[in-house]
Amino acid sequence: MTLPNLSVASAQDPVPTGAAPAKLSANSLNFYYGAFQALRDISMQVYDRKVTAFIGPSGCGKSTFLRTLNRMNETVRHSRVEGEIRLDGDNIFHLDVNDVRRRVGMVFQRSNPFPKSIFENVAYGLRINGSGGRAALREAVEQSLRRAALWEEVKDKLHQSAYGLSGGQQQRLCIARALAVNPEVLLLDEPCSALDPIATAKIEDLIFQLKDSCTIVIVTHNMQQAARVADYTGFFLLGRLIEFDSTTVIFKTPAKKETEDYVTGRFG
Amino acid sequence: MTRWNKLRRKAVNAIMLSLTGLCTLLAAGTLVFILGYLFVHGAKSLNWDFFTKLPTPVGEAGGGMANAILGSAKLLLLATLIGVPIGFLGGVYLAEFGGTTFSFVVRYTTDLLNGVPSIVMGIFAYTMIVLPQKHFSTLAGGVALGVMMIPIAIRSSEEFLRAVPLSLREGAMALGASKAKAIFTVVIPAAKAGIVTGIMLNLARVAGETAPLLFTSFSNRFWSPGWDQPTAALPVMIYNYAVAPYDDWHQQAWSAGFVLLTLVLTVNIIARFILAKRGHVPR
Repeated sequence: MTLPNLSVASAQDPVPTGAAPAKLSANSLNFYYGAFQALRDISMQVYDRKVTAFIGPSGCGKSTFLRTLNRMNETVRHSRVEGEIRLDGDNIFHLDVNDVRRRVGMVFQRSNPFPKSIFENVAYGLRINGSGGRAALREAVEQSLRRAALWEEVKDKLHQSAYGLSGGQQQRLCIARALAVNPEVLLLDEPCSALDPIATAKIEDLIFQLKDSCTIVIVTHNMQQAARVADYTGFFLLGRLIEFDSTTVIFKTPAKKETEDYVTGRFG
Repeated sequence: MTRWNKLRRKAVNAIMLSLTGLCTLLAAGTLVFILGYLFVHGAKSLNWDFFTKLPTPVGEAGGGMANAILGSAKLLLLATLIGVPIGFLGGVYLAEFGGTTFSFVVRYTTDLLNGVPSIVMGIFAYTMIVLPQKHFSTLAGGVALGVMMIPIAIRSSEEFLRAVPLSLREGAMALGASKAKAIFTVVIPAAKAGIVTGIMLNLARVAGETAPLLFTSFSNRFWSPGWDQPTAALPVMIYNYAVAPYDDWHQQAWSAGFVLLTLVLTVNIIARFILAKRGHVPR
């Protein structure tokens, strides 16, 4: 049995677990959709300004867990959460939900630009959170589009409909829109699964650039992607977090057999 | 596949095609027949006077239905002011906060209200407004028509709001918008083409209702200023003129019918164009 020959992003100064402040931490988190328990006793930490990836087979709960991090699961009726999640030490379930969502942004699997112009899409978050005026708004929109590596492609057509962009561009627009409100954490739910390899590469480059200013959590089906971009990886299976460690360890010397079976492609 | 089977399949195919084609022709033909008949009989005495003059006494030539056209416009304006806000906001509630027992009850009673005969709506407005005021009025007619608009407005608003994908709502909420803000800044603008056309079609349908007006706005051979007096309306004029024993009145009724139908047809076509542009119309 040989482990795959993946080139792994070496985590610069890997943080020993428990030594550094965690940006987000989950403690004994359980989540139920009605009677079905989707997440079992999840405890882990997301470190500040690092990229954390969640991998695992379909239906293992990684997207569900991601969505609890910004309380998006509350939009589902008959859902129930037990346990706590702390953002900079504060339990997010005791904070104002809209404030949490502004600080912890999310980009979805399928790009979902609003049926508005490109400018209005990016400006949306700023407008609803109270913007500073037209000049400030234009500044902020340009800055977000630059951070999302989309400015050069759209600067001449800011007032055209967002639906005129290609799939990859729309996804980068959604990233720009999420960045516009200056989130502390950015959650990416399989952001490249609907994109071609070139668009995927662009977004992965983007993640490298963003992580200096923003903590990133990414859910991905693609193990090679996790190996490429992530500093830390968590392996989920049937609602449990089987193993969580730096990416190098997970892919080269996993401690649990299930993890090893998954990363070597024995199942999933 | 034997030869007999093949022939049988072809025969069944041909018979069904002919049958369904014939039924389609019948349906479309009925509409074309009505339109054509109205056009032939109504267009010939349609002139500028029809739109600008009041009705003249029997036997006098000339005259028109200007007061009926204005009366219908006022009634529809009042109906819109009553029916659209209630219907639209009700539709918003059902689409965004539905799923509870309460919304099930609301939907059910809305459908029941839709099925109430229009003359019963008229009696309702008669009892609520005409009797206490002791006179017929535009207000009563407007209320009757407005209440008729409510169920359709609720259902069509709800349908078009539901058609907005969940991903848009989630996208807005993930940026920190509360549910209400997400609805008003993203969902409703996304559905606005459908909602507007729904209102237009609703209006077009209600414009032709006669029964609720018979004992609410009654009728009027003169101008009706304000909202407190009985008013003429196109459908009621058609009724009154059609059952009268005078030929020139019959002629006027044809013209009124033609004008009304053209109005409804135009609104329907415009509505369909708007929807088609946005890709909502099933081909």
